[in-house]
Amino acid sequence: MKVLVAMSGGVDSSVAAALMVEAGHEVIGVTLKLWEGPGGAMPTAGCCTVSDSEDARRVAAQLDIPYYVLNYTDRFKVGVVDRFLDDYLHGRTPNPCIECNRTVKFDHLLDQAGEFACDMVVTGHYAQNTYRDGFWRLGRGVDPDKDQSYVLAMLGQRELEQVQFPVGVQTKAETREIAAGLGLRTAAKPDSQDICFVGDGDYRDFVRKHSDEAERPGVLVDTAGTVVGEHEGIINFTVGQRRGLGVTFGEPRYVVEVKPESATVVIGQRSDLAVRSIVLDQVTWVIGQPPDRPAVTVQYRAHGEANPAVFAMEDDQVLVHFDRTQYGIAIGQTAALYDGDEVVGSGIIVA
Amino acid sequence: MWDNSNHMLYLDHAATTPMRPAVWEAMEPFVADTFGNSSGSHGVSRRAKNALEEAREVLAGLIGARPQEIVFTSGGTEADNLAIKGPSLSSSGGGVVTTAIEHEAVLESAHFLAGLGRSVVEVPPEPSGSVDPDRFAAAISPGTAVASVMTANNETGAVLPVAAIVRVVRSVAPRAAIHTDAVQAFNSEDINVDDLEVDLLSLAAHKFGGPRGVGLLYVRAGTALEPVLHGGGQELGLRSGTHNVMGAVGMAVAAQLAVVDRSHFRARVGPERDVFEVRLGELVGAVRTIDGERLPQHAHLRFPNRINETMLIQLDQGGVAGSAGSACQSGAVTPSHVLTAMGMSASEAAECLRFSFGWTTEAGDGLKAAELVAGVLS
Repeated sequence: MKVLVAMSGGVDSSVAAALMVEAGHEVIGVTLKLWEGPGGAMPTAGCCTVSDSEDARRVAAQLDIPYYVLNYTDRFKVGVVDRFLDDYLHGRTPNPCIECNRTVKFDHLLDQAGEFACDMVVTGHYAQNTYRDGFWRLGRGVDPDKDQSYVLAMLGQRELEQVQFPVGVQTKAETREIAAGLGLRTAAKPDSQDICFVGDGDYRDFVRKHSDEAERPGVLVDTAGTVVGEHEGIINFTVGQRRGLGVTFGEPRYVVEVKPESATVVIGQRSDLAVRSIVLDQVTWVIGQPPDRPAVTVQYRAHGEANPAVFAMEDDQVLVHFDRTQYGIAIGQTAALYDGDEVVGSGIIVA
Repeated sequence: MWDNSNHMLYLDHAATTPMRPAVWEAMEPFVADTFGNSSGSHGVSRRAKNALEEAREVLAGLIGARPQEIVFTSGGTEADNLAIKGPSLSSSGGGVVTTAIEHEAVLESAHFLAGLGRSVVEVPPEPSGSVDPDRFAAAISPGTAVASVMTANNETGAVLPVAAIVRVVRSVAPRAAIHTDAVQAFNSEDINVDDLEVDLLSLAAHKFGGPRGVGLLYVRAGTALEPVLHGGGQELGLRSGTHNVMGAVGMAVAAQLAVVDRSHFRARVGPERDVFEVRLGELVGAVRTIDGERLPQHAHLRFPNRINETMLIQLDQGGVAGSAGSACQSGAVTPSHVLTAMGMSASEAAECLRFSFGWTTEAGDGLKAAELVAGVLS
């Protein structure tokens, strides 16, 4: 089989590529160039990912596979960064990694792999892709600390039949062991933590730099609508936030709502954050249809826990009713629906 | 043209081309045995110095210059940097006029000067890929310190009317230094500094069968230049740094061979390129982007509804080396500033590939190459 491995320059995709070579496949390595730094006006300047792509290139050379850098900057800007900015400016909490998987990695790259005569796209995600009862299934990675099924929850049959996650069946420690055993230069490379295009800085600085709207001053109000303070831009607030409100009360206060059109931030008590039901839009189902049983568990943060709930269809949307009250769910986040350790579907929280 | 050591059909000679066999032979003694620093005062140094000066004389003779007008550099980029920054920095505030299709070494040097507050004008090309002399002249002012126009464009192969541009520049700004980047043109075009009437001219050895890492800037006597590299004062103070003697020796031999081969190169390579283009047009609908005068080795083609980045990978997988004009440091294909300056949209520019033939091209190669490229792409 001929496979295309998306290599970020990290240890997981390095090992994914190595495992594919070891399995006897014909392998091509690619790095997606997603973002340019400031001042990237000239074609020769401003590549943000040079050192990472250099790591990927060197690993590919060691594995003796062809390696290319693909320019995805336009797609990434439109599909991920613009949407990221738009979400924050509209008081939503985006997950750019999920959008990148949805609009870049598991969309155009799959098509492009076909143009290189590759049968399969391989990534270094910690998730399991198995075929059972006539459908491809998406399961959690074996390593509970590294499981990335949540950020892949939007995948359907078209994608899953073309992708493989070879490191999903092992722990991160095992991945590093394999890399060290092969002498790969990425064996001890630290995991990436930040949003890749924001870099080391604060995402808020990034939003401020790209939009004046983020710094429009406004007021803080309590849940009754009484003005209790002023602020210097809604970008400084996300739902559930407790620190840095700029006003003090006798007991803890939280951001419970951000109203971008009036630049108003609503603060309240923990009880005001309580949510029992949410509504999901842009709903996807792994097998193309919802499961028969309405009982699921729902995860709405990358490393959050899955909470028992029941779901119901409402036209194109899904209504999720949690068994227990939840706190700090933000509009814009993705909710992944699980049956045990298997993803059944996903949607974006709109209410 | 078939590169046995790399198992590829090599159609990227404009990026760099194999060394001609005699070149390495001439260089080899200077790798180990004659290792001297050409600036020393003992026998080992003297032998190195003699070889260096002999190379300088040969190269000067080949372009109609005097030996003391040759400044050895690390390559074309350094020569261009010195040619653009040198005259501007040696004057009080003198500006730069150049074209929008120059190599980045020229454009980025100009941008650097713009950052210092100097006036920089980039004259746009015509849709043909060439530059109109009158349009260029209109950008010249008495405060112009350097005017730079490439002999031929590295991406499209378009040959620019340097002599005509020089005449109009001289009439407006007689004291401006005039530079031409002849890096891409040396294989096939007659390069003589007096015929071109330029003050500064850049060459890079590896484009015509010499080693990578050495080049030169011709500096007409009397042209005022501020050096870019300061140090021990080599090259009459214009380019400090211990000499790359073996590089200079190799460059001189390669230049001799290229000049001797030049008319034959044109007669051999041009027709193969033409056959290649016609056949690719028939097989996959490739379209020539340049109609005017151009270098015989360049085939710059547009492939409607295909993306160059994808095609390059398909070609590499199929054993063919081509190019998309410009790649950033990470290796990603980025929109060509040359093509967009010519008026192409970013999406049109993304359909273009450059294939370039070279001194290893033989009769029949054009047809074979077209069949192979078409086979990969279809």
